[in-house]
Amino acid sequence: MNDRLLDFSIKYGFLILLFGLIIFFSLTTNGFASARSAAFVLQSVALTGILALGVTCTLVVDGFDLSIGAVATSALMLSAYSMVILEHSALVAVLLCLSMGALVGLINGLLIVRFRVPDLLATLGMMFLLIGLQRIPTQGNSIATGMSLGNGVVAEGTFSKAFLWIGRHRFDLVIERLLPMPVVIFLLIAVFIWLFLGFTRHGRMMYAIGSNERAAGLVGVQVNNYKIAAYMISGVTASIGGILLAARLGRGDIASGNNLLLDSVAAALIGFAVLGAARPNAFGTAIGALFVGILLQGMTMMNAPYYTQDFVKGAVLVSALVFTFYLSSRRTGAGR
Amino acid sequence: MPAHALEVRGLLKSFGRNSVLKGIDLTLDYGSVTVLMGANGAGKSTLVKVVCGHHSADGGELHLAGKPFSPLNAADAIAKGVVTVHQSIDDGVIPDLDVANNLMLDRLAEPGSGFFVREGKLRREAQRVADSMGIEVDLKARVADLAVADRQMIAIARAMARKPEVLILDEPTSSLSATEANRLFALIDRLRDAGVAILYISHRMSDIRRIADRILCMRDGLISGAFEDKPLDYEAAVTAMLGHSMLEVDFTVQRASVAVIELQDLQLTVEAQAINLAAHDGEVVAVIGLLGSGKSRLAEVIYGINNAVSGQMRIDGKQYKPVSVQHAVQQGVFMSPKDRATNAVIPDFDIANNMTLPFLSAFSNGSFLNGKRLRRRARDMNQQLGVVCQSETDAIGTLSGGNQQKVMIARWLMEPCRVLLLDEPFQGVDIGARRDIGKHIRASANGRATLVFMSEIDEAIEIADRIVVMAEGSINGEYLNENIELGSLISDISGSETALSGQAQ
Repeated sequence: MNDRLLDFSIKYGFLILLFGLIIFFSLTTNGFASARSAAFVLQSVALTGILALGVTCTLVVDGFDLSIGAVATSALMLSAYSMVILEHSALVAVLLCLSMGALVGLINGLLIVRFRVPDLLATLGMMFLLIGLQRIPTQGNSIATGMSLGNGVVAEGTFSKAFLWIGRHRFDLVIERLLPMPVVIFLLIAVFIWLFLGFTRHGRMMYAIGSNERAAGLVGVQVNNYKIAAYMISGVTASIGGILLAARLGRGDIASGNNLLLDSVAAALIGFAVLGAARPNAFGTAIGALFVGILLQGMTMMNAPYYTQDFVKGAVLVSALVFTFYLSSRRTGAGR
Repeated sequence: MPAHALEVRGLLKSFGRNSVLKGIDLTLDYGSVTVLMGANGAGKSTLVKVVCGHHSADGGELHLAGKPFSPLNAADAIAKGVVTVHQSIDDGVIPDLDVANNLMLDRLAEPGSGFFVREGKLRREAQRVADSMGIEVDLKARVADLAVADRQMIAIARAMARKPEVLILDEPTSSLSATEANRLFALIDRLRDAGVAILYISHRMSDIRRIADRILCMRDGLISGAFEDKPLDYEAAVTAMLGHSMLEVDFTVQRASVAVIELQDLQLTVEAQAINLAAHDGEVVAVIGLLGSGKSRLAEVIYGINNAVSGQMRIDGKQYKPVSVQHAVQQGVFMSPKDRATNAVIPDFDIANNMTLPFLSAFSNGSFLNGKRLRRRARDMNQQLGVVCQSETDAIGTLSGGNQQKVMIARWLMEPCRVLLLDEPFQGVDIGARRDIGKHIRASANGRATLVFMSEIDEAIEIADRIVVMAEGSINGEYLNENIELGSLISDISGSETALSGQAQ
């Protein structure tokens, strides 16, 4: 009986907590339980959610990508540079950002697989490098139309309408202009990664690598290629996050996106606890991101001050980790 | 001085339901080298771990220098005078420090050794220790830059700095070359003369001949033989270690038919003699030999993990030169590796996913897996091999060792292949599962050549049409599995004749 209770709580505890929170906030605050508020929560987690889905892929192969935040801000600066200073079209800017993300992922992967640099260190180094690199072309300044480029030249390009549309368009759903574009992209990526990891043979082999790399190699899985692919997926999703951020802000703001790394890693790790998976998974990651978003939204509506937010996120993360690692280890112990 | 340095009486140890030591009795004497032999899973390492304090005994008594001895942990065992040098050398040294610091490390760690390091004194004492051990390396060299043998010597010298009663060496020569090993033996001679009781664990017959004063053999958690009278009877020792409780062989031996895989002048290491071997359609060939005889190396060469020094391989008459595991699998060469837990099992996966891992594309439409088809196939294989489980979605970790191994073998029986390599398929497998696996391998043997790499004679006789004996990286004998003369087989395994004459010392 006790075992079954433990099993049940490991499996559904987190989801029950999530629904409990939703009901609690709906009852205690005015306006939490509304479509607008739901769309707002989704919008607030879309960016971190997208990055978190990428980092989930690296966690699946037992790796880690610390460079996602820096890739996102680099994409932000690159898109601004491309459109405002080089006066490219939206399409060129987007393609540039995506290939930058893929290239960074490829380099991360090669550092880890070919040069045997431990994943945390390789991606930490890459993070540093990118944070520095994105500031060099503009001498550390933010990019906006009308900025001075020296020699009396002024940047004349603008963020194209099409580009801003990616970040700002809202689709009608029941209510007019309800669903923001980034949310749609987040949901699309979530479904894609969920299908890829859970239902394709490639995803299955990536999980095998994460669980026992040696054994996977000995059955003929191309371990190195899959690891590199995981980092490339992570790089591309991070650059998508950066593009959305740029399109929302409408300028190449050097200081934005600081929290992206921590928030998205937290979402992916919280995801371990969802459905008792005890391993990285796309569904859990999306729920983890939502969980944080709902909690913050509800607390904001209850007038909790903004500076408590990081504390709350940290507390959720730590409890989710205890939940995952301590309870699941007890479960495997009991199952024997 | 008490009669024995270490005395063990009725030592018991089990892990869960699995009893590993079933009443070990042994003694170690001062100034004598006792060699402990035993096949994989015999319980050697558990015995060592109990004596050196990693595990606590479930029953039985230990006496060290006449006094009761029950170490609380590894540090306590060392303090009381039992020092162990483990198989992996870097456990015993700090690679980033220089030789002098390594030799003096225990002195530095002693309480009350002072806050500041006195460099001059440290170097003088290190020099003294090095001289007394016959270590001739630059004391300022970083240990990581030294040769393996030197690192090993330093690990032993460090151990000796504590003046132990008993020194345990766990396969110390497994990564040493012949000349390096000779230097180690000289050191061991010196320690023996100084009166230390030494327990030396090894499979290498050449080592054992060189240094053993007496031999103890372990098998299935018991001491199965003790050899003390000179000259030592090495062949009897190998028999006691491997055992040959004859089993009924209830199949007709296949005669050689069409060759599927041929190895021609294949040289595994620079020192080894070339191997010529063919395995035929429908035939099961057992390649037997002690640990380090090169049989795993041979399996790895055929599977594309390692390269041979020279020579070539052919499959169905065509040149076969695998560059990677994927390449080997594509050409129909499958291998189930030894050490299931590290090399084969995916612990996070259930039975079905573990089993189907190599052939996922057979269960996919495009990239998408067909879960139903995959599970149905796993269920079929479970039935064929008699995997005891509730369903094919059970976590792999809930199965017993034997059933896990059935899943690992089933993995490679799913698709037809040309050459099936099984490295130690019966490692950590109970007798029932061993029968099931063996029967299935034989039943499915047609259409491929099967090479089974193992160290136990009875297992080979149970399963094989032909038995090939390896020693020192080359083939030392070949037998059709009919009325085998065990004496000759055993002397081939211990490498007595050809290997010794081939290896002029």
